[in-house]
Amino acid sequence: MHEKTPLIRLSKREDMPKARVWMIRLGAFIFALLIGMLVFAVAGADPIEAYVTIFKAALGKTTGIRQVVRNAIPLLGTALALAPCFRMRYWNIGAEGQITMGAIAASFFAVHCRNMASLPLLLIMGVGSMVLGGIWSLIPALFKSRWRTNETLFTLMMNYIAIGIAAWLIGGPWEGKPGSQIMPVFSSNAVLPKVLGIQCGWIIVLVLTVVIFVYMRYTKHGYEVQVLGESENTARYAGMNVPKIIMRTAVLSGAICGLVGFLIASGTHGTLYSNVAGGAGFTGITVCWLAQLNPFAMIVIALLLGVLTKGSSTLQTSMAIPASITDIITGIILLCMLGCEFFINYRMHFRENHAKEAK
Amino acid sequence: MSTLDFIVALISAAVLNGAPLMYGTSGEILTQKSGNMNLGVEGLMFMGGAFGLLGAFTYGNAAGDSASGVVAVIIALVCAFAAGMAGSLIFSFLTITLRANQNVTGLALTIFGTGLGQFVGELMRIRVGGNVSISNALKVSFAGSPFPKFLQDIPVAGKLIFGYNVFVYLGIVMIIVMHHFLAKTRKGLYLRAVGESPSTADAAGINVTRYRYFATVIGGGISAVGGMVYTMTIAGTVWNHTGLSGEGWIAVALVIFCLWKPINSLWGSVLFGALLILYIRLPIPFIPTQIYKVVPYIVTALVLIMVSIRQKREDQPPAALGTAFFREDR
Repeated sequence: MHEKTPLIRLSKREDMPKARVWMIRLGAFIFALLIGMLVFAVAGADPIEAYVTIFKAALGKTTGIRQVVRNAIPLLGTALALAPCFRMRYWNIGAEGQITMGAIAASFFAVHCRNMASLPLLLIMGVGSMVLGGIWSLIPALFKSRWRTNETLFTLMMNYIAIGIAAWLIGGPWEGKPGSQIMPVFSSNAVLPKVLGIQCGWIIVLVLTVVIFVYMRYTKHGYEVQVLGESENTARYAGMNVPKIIMRTAVLSGAICGLVGFLIASGTHGTLYSNVAGGAGFTGITVCWLAQLNPFAMIVIALLLGVLTKGSSTLQTSMAIPASITDIITGIILLCMLGCEFFINYRMHFRENHAKEAK
Repeated sequence: MSTLDFIVALISAAVLNGAPLMYGTSGEILTQKSGNMNLGVEGLMFMGGAFGLLGAFTYGNAAGDSASGVVAVIIALVCAFAAGMAGSLIFSFLTITLRANQNVTGLALTIFGTGLGQFVGELMRIRVGGNVSISNALKVSFAGSPFPKFLQDIPVAGKLIFGYNVFVYLGIVMIIVMHHFLAKTRKGLYLRAVGESPSTADAAGINVTRYRYFATVIGGGISAVGGMVYTMTIAGTVWNHTGLSGEGWIAVALVIFCLWKPINSLWGSVLFGALLILYIRLPIPFIPTQIYKVVPYIVTALVLIMVSIRQKREDQPPAALGTAFFREDR
């Protein structure tokens, strides 16, 4: 079937200079924005004006910047949580559910320990959310390490089970006004304090960024995760306890996701919703991957998506463009950035004209 | 209402709600059989729903009173299918040609597709200034049964056999054709080989890239039709994103439940369709509705566990599912 040399041959490359790598990524980003302009044009809006509105709304005023950071917190937290899992090539796409479970645990203590002092209550909520998030993530990991159950699909199912549980809680045991299907807001001692006008979760995720960076790069655990990700057999020959590493990493990941759930429930909403994760669990996956699992790059990407979300909610009110255009633009950016990695990782060899190769 | 009437009503509601899943799932099965795991089904179904509606609506407006139902159905089908093909073509290009990670690309496609579907739906509403809807005559050709009245009037059997909308019958035919294709034809065998072990297939002279592209793009088109079926039948030709959201993920769950066999999606989609509405029709005391609603996911997770524990060869996911094929990488 392949009588001829293919038109383009590929080979892997790892030697591209850093500067060029970032040039390519920047190029992909600009390319995505250009396609985005087309979308605006189709929607009947002036593309330049639309972009200016987005950036002005997001970065022009302090309130805008605060909202951007608020949007970025769950994305960054989730991306950080997933980095060790993805390094291990364990496809945990259950962040959405783990966040939800974390938020449920936090809400549990907020409801039942109403009379505690604020600091110990917040600590218990945080720890509780990490425990429940970790357990939720442990279940698929257990089956993965014991029976090789496909973790991508299993964690995906766990998302909807968690969301269902949250929906039941806010419409049942924790319902405020009967029939409202809404949980009353937390009492003030269960709400995270603000620092610089934004919930203090931003400090927590920034600290986490450093922690995860050190964990992945300089600890024994991080090393084991990396070896396992490269080759499971190598890990086994080296005497590593593979099931233990899988479960430990999954629990860590779930625990951080749970913590993110606590930050959202207590810091952002001050109550529990069934869609408390609001897609952060899914978008966080793309943030993590686009950042090449690099914690510091995740900050940039999470903030960028935060800007887009904030900006386009303004767009809806000021230019009458449906806010769902954020998802379109976000999607285009993600797809372009995903595609551009190809040009970084592979070198293309075009077919040269050799007469003898003609059949 | 007598028990018999209740059961008949329940079954026909289950089939009605299962029809979108039938398309969503069988399209994704075709995709996954080639080793491509497209998690963008949710996005594709949104796109199919919005563009299908857009197509039928535009045609209905343009043709006015002389609009023909058959043409409207065909236009909606074509629009949805084309939207799905376009979406999964992006996915295929990124994952097959550019070797991007399939999970992440699929999720990005979901974000993009739900956004686009939502956007088109909203925009239509803004332009029209109210709810988008098509004429009643056209509605009937989407939601009504294609069979003559006297057949539908047969007691019990009329409703159970002849009472569904045209997409149910079309879906059944499509699934049987797909089953035949995968199980009985040479090309189907090749496709399954590509999904199990692309390097082996490649060594045997099968063009892995081409098979993956075809399966993913056509599969994506079929999945998108599911979204259109939802919008045009269950949602009553009105753009309704809240009802459509989650449909794609249930379709992904159903792929597992069906053990990657299209023929199973015939009854699997009816079962899941029943599970989706059972909480309205048959409330069980002590079980809250919200918990009732997650039953499909719990069942799917259990099936996934069972399959991996029993390790029966023919029930496993395609071995190369989720991995890119890089020929030079041996």
